[in-house]
Amino acid sequence: MDSASSDRTAPEQHLAPTVARSVKVLVVGAFGVGKTTLIGAVSEIDPLRTEERITTASVGIDPGQPNKETTTVAMDFGRITVTDEIALYLFGTPGQRRFWDLWAGLADGAVGALVMIDTRNLEDSFEVLDQLELRTKIPFAVVVNQFPDSPSYPLERVRAALDLLPETPIVECDARDRPSSVLTLITLVEHAMTFPVFQKVNA
Amino acid sequence: MDTEEYRDHPVRSYVLTSGRAHPSRNTLRPETLVRAVESRPVLSTAGRLERELVQLCRGTLALAEVAAYLQLPVSLVAVMVSDLVDSGNLTIRSNHQAHVLPGKDILEKILDGLRKL
Ligand SMILES: Nc1nc2c(ncn2[C@@H]2O[C@H](COP(=O)(O)OP(=O)(O)OP(=O)(O)O)[C@@H](O)[C@H]2O)c(=O)[nH]1
Ligand SMILES: [Mg+2]
Repeated sequence: MDSASSDRTAPEQHLAPTVARSVKVLVVGAFGVGKTTLIGAVSEIDPLRTEERITTASVGIDPGQPNKETTTVAMDFGRITVTDEIALYLFGTPGQRRFWDLWAGLADGAVGALVMIDTRNLEDSFEVLDQLELRTKIPFAVVVNQFPDSPSYPLERVRAALDLLPETPIVECDARDRPSSVLTLITLVEHAMTFPVFQKVNA
Repeated sequence: MDTEEYRDHPVRSYVLTSGRAHPSRNTLRPETLVRAVESRPVLSTAGRLERELVQLCRGTLALAEVAAYLQLPVSLVAVMVSDLVDSGNLTIRSNHQAHVLPGKDILEKILDGLRKL
């Protein structure tokens, strides 16, 4: 068996010694929607990746098949040292129901989630939104990632199609662009600040 | 998905963590910051991976970062970190309690920081 270290390429990049607090944001969305791209655009380190083996309930009822299977789920992440003391981590993960066990743990303690959507495949994001709304209380903002061949709908039409609450922010973004991606984070944190659960001061 | 790269399987996790599948504490999250306690030598009974983990943490890293560098699942690294905190080789750097959400003051600092990027 190879040693884990022998094929480790990137030298580790430590946080500044003053950093003593971490917070996280989830980046969720359907396959290929731009999660890794957005994380890479804002992260101060090259995005890292871990994999987890999870047991998932298989979709549909097939009497011949066991109803559980094991899959490998990848999680990419990056970080931004936002102040001398605080590091913000962005964890990108598929948000589908069958991965719930993995991202339920991730959602715990999160400031919120960016839900990335692609207007070419709006219906792919329904399941992710359902999971967030039904199974978590975390604030989220919807990020419409613009691809060259994406039809350009007015945001209010996308909001209606996704059946978002009036207070849920929805923003357009180019996930390859740092300022554009940082703006989505600002939108999310501003939204989170309106949630009673974050009102308490507990530095 | 590239499963070739995937290095872990349940049996190996089980062996590495001496038969425990879950960390003794549930205070560890992927974003929890950890750091080595420099003054504390690693026990001679510690395995190669434990040593490597402590070596990685001579500066502050989040648990997920440690997992990514070691190419191991976060769940397994959480168990190892938990043991190394118990043995005094690692310390939890993030000073907040688990399951306590950041307060409004923290969110304000984050916003300020993001606006300056
Ligand atoms: N034009 C354009 N291309 C983009 C944008 N964001 C992502 N892409 C491209 O879309 C493809 C998929 O992006 P990823 O960031 O890998 O998507 P992902 O959500 O991480 O995908 P999975 O992890 O496989 O689910 C890549 O080829 C990106 O270069 C964007 O804003 N504009
Ligand atoms: Mg990805």
